[in-house]
Amino acid sequence: MNNVQNKKRANRSSLPFFLKDEFKVSFIIIFVSIVLLLTTFTFDIVPPILNRGIQPATFPKALLVLIIGLTFIIYYLSIKKPWKLEKKLPKEFFITLVTFMLFILISKTLDFFLAISTLSIIISYYWGEKRILYLLLIGIIFPIVVFIFFETILGLRFPPGIITNIYYN
Amino acid sequence: MENLSLMMAPLFSSKLLLVLFFGTLFGLILGVLPGLGPTTGGALILPFTMTLDPLSAIVLLTAIYCAGTYGGAITAILINTPGTPAAAATCLDGYPLAQKGEAGRALGMATVSSTVGGIFSVIVLVFFAPLLAKLAYEFGQPEYFALAIFGLTMLASIGDGSPIKNLIAGAFGILISTIGKDFMTSIDRFTYGINELSEGIGFIPVVVGLFAISEMLTQSTLLDQVFKRVALKAVRLPSLKDYKLTWKTILRSSGIGSFIGVLPAEGGTVASLIGYSEAKRWSKKPEEFGKGSIEGIAGAEAANNAATGGAMVPTLALGIPGSATTAVILTGLIIHGVRPGPDLFREQPEFLYGIFGSMLIANILFFIFGFFGAKIFARITLVPNKILWPMIFAVSVCGTYSLSQSIIDVWIMIFFGVVGFFMRRYGFSVVPVIIGLILGELVEGTLRQSLVIFDGNWLMFLTRPIALTFFVLSIIALLFPLFKKKNKTKYNKKKASNKKVNK
Repeated sequence: MNNVQNKKRANRSSLPFFLKDEFKVSFIIIFVSIVLLLTTFTFDIVPPILNRGIQPATFPKALLVLIIGLTFIIYYLSIKKPWKLEKKLPKEFFITLVTFMLFILISKTLDFFLAISTLSIIISYYWGEKRILYLLLIGIIFPIVVFIFFETILGLRFPPGIITNIYYN
Repeated sequence: MENLSLMMAPLFSSKLLLVLFFGTLFGLILGVLPGLGPTTGGALILPFTMTLDPLSAIVLLTAIYCAGTYGGAITAILINTPGTPAAAATCLDGYPLAQKGEAGRALGMATVSSTVGGIFSVIVLVFFAPLLAKLAYEFGQPEYFALAIFGLTMLASIGDGSPIKNLIAGAFGILISTIGKDFMTSIDRFTYGINELSEGIGFIPVVVGLFAISEMLTQSTLLDQVFKRVALKAVRLPSLKDYKLTWKTILRSSGIGSFIGVLPAEGGTVASLIGYSEAKRWSKKPEEFGKGSIEGIAGAEAANNAATGGAMVPTLALGIPGSATTAVILTGLIIHGVRPGPDLFREQPEFLYGIFGSMLIANILFFIFGFFGAKIFARITLVPNKILWPMIFAVSVCGTYSLSQSIIDVWIMIFFGVVGFFMRRYGFSVVPVIIGLILGELVEGTLRQSLVIFDGNWLMFLTRPIALTFFVLSIIALLFPLFKKKNKTKYNKKKASNKKVNK
C-alpha cells in the first residue's frame, strides 16, 4: 500500500511545477485577485467631507492583498509538503457540470420549468437511473409538484417561457 | 419566573408546536442522509421560512439544527457513514457495536446521550446568553470590530482544513459582502455595470450554492460508493448497567460540548472529537474504544448535541455564529429583519425565550422520534442519490428564485456551487466563506466608524481594554493551530520512536 502511494508521489513529483494542483490553484486565486485588485482602482473616490473613515476601495484592496499574501504562503508551504493526491474526476462529474450550463442556457432562452426538467432527467439518467417511470417521476411529476407548491404557498410567479406560459394561460 | 413562562410559550401555541414537529422530523431526515445534514438542510429551507413570522422561522431552523445533529448518529451506527460531520466520532464505536448485533443498544445510548447533551446546553444557553449580552452593552464600534476580527480568526482552527486556507476562505467571504453599493457612500463596487449586483449578493444563493449544489457535485464523484447497512430490529433503552457506566461521561461531554460550542466558529464536530477523546481518557476500559464501547458513543453524542445550545450563545448574544449551522440560522435572523445582539435581549425577550423553549422541546421531540422511528429513518438511507439529488436541485433552484424572483440569483447559486466544489476538493472549507459573508458588513462598518471616532488614528484601538483583549485573543487563535501542529508532530515522533524500541 505504502509502495503504491510512494510510487504515485514519485510520479507526481516528476511533473513540471505548473501542472501540479498546488500551482494551478494558487495561480488561479492570485490571478483572479489581481484582476479584482485592478478593478478597485476604478472605484469612485469620495471627497474628504463625505469620506467615512477610509475610501470605499481601501477595504476590498486590503482583503485582496491579504488573499494574495496568504496564497503565496500556502504555495510556499506546498513545496515543502505537497497536497494530498486527489482522485481523477469521473465522467459523471463533467456531465453534471455540463448539465448545469445547459440549465442556464435553457432557463435563459426557453423555459425555467423545461430547464429543471431537462437537468433532472439527464443527471438521474447518467447517475444510473434507467427506468423510464422513475425518470418521468423525477423529471416531470416532481418539478410540477414543486412548482405548484411554490406558486400556491409562496405566491411565486415563475419567469415566462414556452411551458410556463401555457400553464399561466 | 417570567422568563420561564416565556420559555414555555411555544407549548401553548399550536402553530409553533406544528412547526417544531415538522422541523424535528425534517431535521432527522436530513441528519440521516449522508451529505445533507442540518447545515445544507437549513440552507435549503431558508427561502420557505419567508412565509413564516420571524419566531416560527427561527424555531423551524433551530429544530432542524437540534434534530439533524442527532440524526447523523443513526447513519453513523447503521452504515458506518456519519450523516453529519459531527457524528464522525460516533462511527468509531457505534458501527462495531452494531456489527456485534447491538445496533438497538447503540442507537438507544446515542438517543439518550444526545437528548441529555441537548437539554444541558439549552440550560447553558438560558443562563449564559443574557450574561454575554449584558457584557456586550459595554461594546462600542471598536469593540465590535475587534470581536468580529476574533470571530474571523477563530476560523483558522475550524474543521479539518489548513488554517491559512480557512483564512483565505474567510477573506473571500468578506470580499463577497463588499459587492454592490457601498453602504456608507453608495459607491458601486465590483458591479461591472450589472444592475442586479448593485444590491449586493444575497445570502441565500451563496449559502445554497456552497452547501447544497457543491455537495451535489461531490456526490457525482462518489457514485460507486456502496453502503452496507446493519439490520435494526428495534431501538432499546440502555440498561441500568449502561447508565451506571456512562452517566459521568454524558455529563462531562455535555459540559465540554457546551463550552466548545460557545467559542465562535467552533461547533459539533470539534466538540464530539474532544468529548470522545476525553471519554477514552477517563474510561476504566480505554482498550475497548474503537471496538464498540458504549462510553465512546455516549461521549461523542452528548458532546455534539451539547454544542448546539452552546453555539447559539454567541449567535444570539453577539451576532457571531458559533458553528456552520448557526451561520445559516443567523442568515435566517438577518433576512427576517432581526439583528442579534444585546438590544434583542432588551427589546424582544419573548422572541428569545421562545427560541430557548423551542430548543428544549425539539430535544424532547427528537428523543421520541428517534426512539420510536429510528428504524424508519434508517430506511431513508436507501433512497438512491440518482433520485434524491435531482429532486434537491429542483427545490434549491425554486427556493433560491423565490426570494427576489430573479433568475440571476439561480445562476449565482450555481456559480458558488461550482466554486464550493473546487474549494472543498482542494482543502478549503466553505464554512468560513459563509461566516465571512455574514460578518463582512459588521467588520467593515465598525472599522470605518471606529476610524471616524479615532480621527483616523489606528493606534487608538489599543487604548480600549475590551478591544485589546479581543485582539490578543485573535493572535492566540491564529497561533493556536501552529502549537497544535507542533504538538501533533512531537506526538507522532514519540509514537514512531516507541514503535522502533518495541521492535
